[in-house]
This record gives sequence, structure tokens and C-alpha cells, in this order.
Amino acid sequence: MAEASLAGARTEASGASRRQPVSGRAPGQGAALRQRLAPWALPIAILILWEIASRSGLVTARLIPAPTSVAAAFWRLLLDGSLLYHTLASTQRAVIGLVIGGGIGFVLGVVNGLWRPAETFLDSTIQMVRNVPHLALIPLVILWFGIGETAKIFLVSVGVFFPIYMNTFYGVRTIDPQVVEMAEVYGLNRRAMILRIILPGALPSILVGLRYALGFMWLTLIVAETISATNGIGYMTMNAREFLQTDVVLLGIIVYALLGKVADLATRAIERRVLSWHPAYQGQEMGTP
Amino acid sequence: MTLALTSSHIAKPHVAREPKPPVNGLPLSLSNVEKRFGALSVLQHFSLDVPAGRFLAVVGRSGGGKSTLMRLIAGLDKPSSGTVSIGGAAVDGLNPDVRLLFQEARLVPWQRVGENVGIARGPRWQETARATLRDVGLEDRENDWPSVLSGGQKQRVALARALVSQPRILLLDEPFGALDALTRIEMHRLLETLWTARGFTTVLITHDVAEAVALADRVVVLREGAVALDIDIDLERPRRELADPRAVDLQRRILEAV
Repeated sequence: MAEASLAGARTEASGASRRQPVSGRAPGQGAALRQRLAPWALPIAILILWEIASRSGLVTARLIPAPTSVAAAFWRLLLDGSLLYHTLASTQRAVIGLVIGGGIGFVLGVVNGLWRPAETFLDSTIQMVRNVPHLALIPLVILWFGIGETAKIFLVSVGVFFPIYMNTFYGVRTIDPQVVEMAEVYGLNRRAMILRIILPGALPSILVGLRYALGFMWLTLIVAETISATNGIGYMTMNAREFLQTDVVLLGIIVYALLGKVADLATRAIERRVLSWHPAYQGQEMGTP
Repeated sequence: MTLALTSSHIAKPHVAREPKPPVNGLPLSLSNVEKRFGALSVLQHFSLDVPAGRFLAVVGRSGGGKSTLMRLIAGLDKPSSGTVSIGGAAVDGLNPDVRLLFQEARLVPWQRVGENVGIARGPRWQETARATLRDVGLEDRENDWPSVLSGGQKQRVALARALVSQPRILLLDEPFGALDALTRIEMHRLLETLWTARGFTTVLITHDVAEAVALADRVVVLREGAVALDIDIDLERPRRELADPRAVDLQRRILEAV
């Protein structure tokens, strides 16, 4: 089935290459503009081809709906409020799970990084549990918590815990010991040492952990919501599948992609702001007035 | 830079001092000190007295016990036997009157220059940090990140950080070793000026004999954990002329003992 549709797309590709120069000539002036538009050419061409393939019946619209019908589904669900409702439900789970799992991971990472006995006691156990794919816990989690909110938040928490824990621990452990010795010689107490030397020094690593964690966060949520939920983007798409509303399924996938992108942009913005001391970010700092 | 320093000096009314530094420093004394690491003895029966306000240089090969000596004075390590005392009191741990300048600047990369100088965050630390940065010739850099500074500028910040709390003993552990020759001479002049004005007792550890003769009142050569030579450097200050034949002669004598 998919092969057939791919073949269809390929036949159309030659048609696109014929059309391409025409739209290229339309701006008419300057290589600069063409340079700027070039990255958009391929996605737009694909969307146009897709639309044509879907409308002309080359691919089954029921399986791969046209972009316009996805856009129509977007508009429909936006107007009746269900898109916002499901997105908020998903985001809420994601954020609660991130705060709980990430918070525990951060605290344990700091404690184990600073205090050897804690590391000896906890780290090998954590490493052992880490190797269990957390999605394998789903049957158990459903038995424990049923299919309510707790189950999904639990799964997200477990998913984000490990990347945050690992990177916080690593960041704390790899602080330059010379700087720590200097701070001791200059009389910093324990509190000042942690707040002004160790945590800021571990921050680049912690933020790497956060970005990994955000990936795991959405991944876990998609799976958890498709298995058992009464709202959320995952529920929305699974429900749509039952009624063969492929446009809504596709819309759900796009919403997940957008949410992931938004989370990533937010982390990058945080990085630029709090790591402005880092040589790698200084060019960008100068760029902003 | 040097000009700015001199003029700020003259601007103060009663700074027209005689060459002898005012005694703000504390005397330093090591008696019969031994330091072992396991079976390895790094210092044996080591005794040394440094009167308040003097500038002592300790010269020796790598592994000769210089850094161990410094860590004992700073209170970072305890002697295996014998006593180290500062101002008459035995050293027991870190002492806020003693400041240590490391071989590397060891600035905190995520704190701005002014915050690095005021690392201990004492009362009115921003003002004192600014004033001390002015003393080391970096008055307009307090809001810069350390990563944009040159090697010499980083050591100046480290020097300001050491001096901001008005220490009475300054320990220098080869702080200029990694700098280029011109920057090193600039740093020597800066250090001499600050020492003359403030009079802290100074112990400089170095393997650069010329540096020791250019800066110190007295040079001790440390060899295999014991004093191999102990001579006074009786040259008038400020010492600007490195090719002084007396200095060259002293350097030769020290080199023979190393």
C-alpha cells in the first residue's frame, strides 16, 4: 500500500521539477532572495505534490489525507475547542511529570555527586533500574494505578528521571577541582560553595539532561495516552483512528512535533540566557543589544 | 598601566613613603618542620623565619618541596611534625590573613570579573572589588566574563581577588610561570608597587632565578627538602634594571646552588 503511494509520489516528482523553474523565476530579482527561499522550496513542493496525489486519487485519501483536509481538521477542532482541550491535558501531564521526575533526578544527582556515601548506596541500583525500558512498566503501572492520571504522570516521571539524574550527577562530579580548592581557600562556606560554584558549574550538563528529558517526556506521553486515556493528544488520535479520521490522526502527530519543538526552543533560550558566560555562547550574547 | 598606578599613588596625600615598606605584614616562622607522604619525606627538619613585611623567594627544582611548603603555610596541609606559625600563633587550617595566588588564575568562569574579585562577598564587596581592580589596572573590566581576558589580565584579577581582603601574608605559587616575558615583567612591577604600598609579608615560589632576584629581599634555595642556600638580595628598589651586574652575580650564585 505504502509502496504504491510512494510510486505515485515519484511519478509526480518529475512534474514538480518542470514546475519548479517557473516559480523560481517569479521573484525575478537577486540571488539573495532565492537563497532565502531555497530551504522552503522542497517542503512546499512536497506539500503541493501530496495535495495533488491525494485529490487525484493516486493515494487513498482515507489513509493519507490531503494537507488541506488536515488544515481543515485543525480549524474544525480549534473552533470546537477540543484541540486546545486535548493539548492542554497533554501539556499538563507532561509538565507535572517533568517537575516530579526531573526534580527527584536533580536532587539525587546533586546529593550523589556531592556525597560519596550516597553514591555508593544509591548509584549502582539506579544504574540497574535505568537499563529497564520504562515503557515496559506499562502493564504493571496499569495494575498499580489503573488508567487514571497517576499512571501517565508516573510513567513520564520515570522517563525524565534518568537523563536529568545522570547529567546532574556528571555535571557536579566534573567541576574543576582547582576552582573548588580556590573557593575553599577563599573561605566560601558549604552553602555558598553549592549555590555559587557547584550548581552553576554543573548547569551546562544539567541543561543537556533537560533536553534529553524533554524528548523522553513526549515519547512516554504519546505511548501512555494511546494506551489508556480519556483526553490528551494521544487519546484524540486513537479515538480518531476508531472513526477512520486520518486527518485528525495526522494533526495529532503534527501537534506532538510542534510541542516538542516548542520545548526544545525554550531550553535553547534558557541555555543562551544562563550560559552567557560560556565562550560558546558569547558571540550570540553580543548579537543581542 | 604602570603610569596609572604611579599617578593613583601620588594622588593620595601621605603615600610619599620611603622605600622601606610599612609593616602591615605578619611574621612567619617554620621550626623543625617535616612533611611525609607515606614513605616519601618531602621536607626534613626545615626551619625558616620571615620577619613581618619581608619579601622571600623560594627557588628550587620541581619536586623539591616548594609547593608543599606553600600548602603548609596556607593551612591546606598539616606538617607531619614541627610547627608552622603566623604572627606567633600556630597554623591550624585556613587563615583569612593569608592569601594564596595559584599557578593558574583559577577564576570562576560563570562569575563576572568583579564577582570573582569579591568571591567571599564581604561587606560592601562591590566597592572594594572595584577599588582593588583599579589598583591592578583593570578598573573598567568588572563586568566582563573571565573568558574574554588575556592570561596576564586573568592573573591580575586573581591578584586583586587575593588582595581585596587586605591580607597580611601573600603566598605566590609560581603565578607568572605561564605568562609571556613582557607580561611577566609588567606583573613584577605591579607586584612590587603593591607590596611597597601595602607591606604584606610575601613568599614567592618560583623556578625563575631572575624573577626571584628581581623581586625578593631574600632568596632561599630548596633542594631535596632542605635549605641549600639562603642569601639576602640587597638591591635598592624599585628594581627596574635587570642587567645590573650585582643582580647577575646573585643569579649565578643561586643557580649554582639549585
